[in-house]
Amino acid sequence: MSDNPRFFNRSELLGVLVLAVLLVVVLPLSVDIFRLNLVAKYLSYSFVAIGLVLCWGYAGILSLGQGVFFGIGGYCMAMFLKLEASSAANTKIQSTPGIPDFMDWNQITALPSFWQPFHSLAFAIVAIFVLPAIFAFIVGAAMFKRRVGGVYFAIITQAIAAILTILIVGQQGYTGGINGITDLRTLEGWDIRTDHAKLILYFVEVACLIACIFAALIIHHSKLGRILVAMREKEDRVRFSGYSVANFKIFAFCAAAVFAAIGGAMFTLQVGFMSPSFVGIVPSIEMVIYTAVGGRQSILGAVYGTLLVNAAKTSFSESFPQLWLLGLGSLFIAVVLAFPNGLAGIWRDHVQGQFERWSASRRARSGASKPRVADNVPAE
Amino acid sequence: MVIGSQPKDFLLAVEALTVSFDGFKAVNDLSFYVDEDEIRVIIGPNGAGKTTVLDLICGKTRATSGSIQFRGKELTKLRENEIVQAGVGRKFQNPSIYEDLTVFENLEISFPRGRTVFGALAFTRDAAVRERVEEVAEMVFLQDKLDMSADLLSHGQKQWLEIGMLLIQDPDLLMLDEPVAGMSVSERVKTAELLNRIIKGRSVLVIEHDMKFVEDIAHKVTVLHQGQVLAEGSMNAVKSNPKVIEVYLGH
Repeated sequence: MSDNPRFFNRSELLGVLVLAVLLVVVLPLSVDIFRLNLVAKYLSYSFVAIGLVLCWGYAGILSLGQGVFFGIGGYCMAMFLKLEASSAANTKIQSTPGIPDFMDWNQITALPSFWQPFHSLAFAIVAIFVLPAIFAFIVGAAMFKRRVGGVYFAIITQAIAAILTILIVGQQGYTGGINGITDLRTLEGWDIRTDHAKLILYFVEVACLIACIFAALIIHHSKLGRILVAMREKEDRVRFSGYSVANFKIFAFCAAAVFAAIGGAMFTLQVGFMSPSFVGIVPSIEMVIYTAVGGRQSILGAVYGTLLVNAAKTSFSESFPQLWLLGLGSLFIAVVLAFPNGLAGIWRDHVQGQFERWSASRRARSGASKPRVADNVPAE
Repeated sequence: MVIGSQPKDFLLAVEALTVSFDGFKAVNDLSFYVDEDEIRVIIGPNGAGKTTVLDLICGKTRATSGSIQFRGKELTKLRENEIVQAGVGRKFQNPSIYEDLTVFENLEISFPRGRTVFGALAFTRDAAVRERVEEVAEMVFLQDKLDMSADLLSHGQKQWLEIGMLLIQDPDLLMLDEPVAGMSVSERVKTAELLNRIIKGRSVLVIEHDMKFVEDIAHKVTVLHQGQVLAEGSMNAVKSNPKVIEVYLGH
């Protein structure tokens, strides 16, 4: 009881270390750059999954619209890259040189004002963090202050995802429409399309992912994290312990939004384009499935869940393109029915216990066993 | 409220309080006053509106009309968490605790510090918190269960835990809804002893059916019937009131 729960327990640190070794050492050495780029794409979804663990797993707020925030992050990055790719020299054959090609095709003759600040990388990076937080704050404040929750909140987020998709597709001249923003080339003069750049970006992404995992763990182990869990169970009791439940829900939703946006920005860098097909209802629900499969109460589980489901998606959809979606749906139902805590639950119930017994007996044999302080927080 | 218009300042002044659910007045033009350090027990038959009164004071239910003044603050206009921060604590009839958390964490969440979002993020479990949690855990007989998950506690222990969660809030007005209901005989005795200890230095509003328990602790008793005050006064005065005998005690 004496140790502060802010300091992560050993099994979690070990878990992050294993994941880091897997991503930084094992995968780059064992797969080619094409496959590694696929892993990078999957990892960008795992940022969303980490956010969903906070928001859905801990706080009990199911958002079926995380694609919105993934899209906001992705589009912020894509707008910057597109402007850099649309220099006057690159676009001199257009009727209006210096604006993105899709604007020219849509008879737009000047860069719209909301595109202007995206000439600056610094602005784009700030926007990746701030825009989703502001948007999530507005949605969250509107819903949670009125005590809209549960299924109603899920439906509203889904509607927002649908609205944003329609808006992006409809405003083709400003957004690139259904094709999205494509043909991204350089980042401050550095060509991001080469294999070498993809490798570097992969490592940048892994670094961001580890940072996000630590941020999520800090939130989870703070008193705020325990209040989120308390709120999921007994919202009223939290109110009568003197907390504003709405504010805590807004925080969880905003945090999840920012994580998703970082993932979206990483996606754009890795894949080289951004389109509304990553914003709408279907991708948003798929992201919830990754989280459920990995274990919605486990930050690391969500990362593994995302990687595994996407790896399965890639290999199955190559062989059985028609059956894949049915498979994904069945997987979701099976996980919810049989393993409500997903992969992390299976790990905790069947593997971790044996591992701990094994390491305890080893420590006892080596004679160096110290009385171990009980962990305050149940291991994930 | 004009200062001096009343003989003295009450801690809690409920005036003309009415709440109507689809036309049914669960509480009807109710007025009563609680002094500093007073132990007030509310009794009455089922459906008299006892729990509704507590719900109204703590903000769970919104009043249709009337006022609830607590230390000069109008509670009917505040949100639940603001009412708690003003110094009102509420224990629910069924134990309302966080079953996914340990006993320690349950008590820690109730510790009155870091109640904003960023306050909670920056909250550290320092010596003051640990000492207070351990002190309260000892008062509610749970000192050796601190690391236990709260859902493993017995019903009586859950009730004690919730009382402990209120104690750690240190409210000026403590509201208890049937604190000994559903407890075994030995748990009842321990709870009565616990309540006698914790009611010192604060005002307490209790709903209870256990008459012996009421006699033990009450300074003043308010009898509710059909959302209105039927009688008020000392236990002996109320006990001999013919109206009270008819609707409540006589049965």
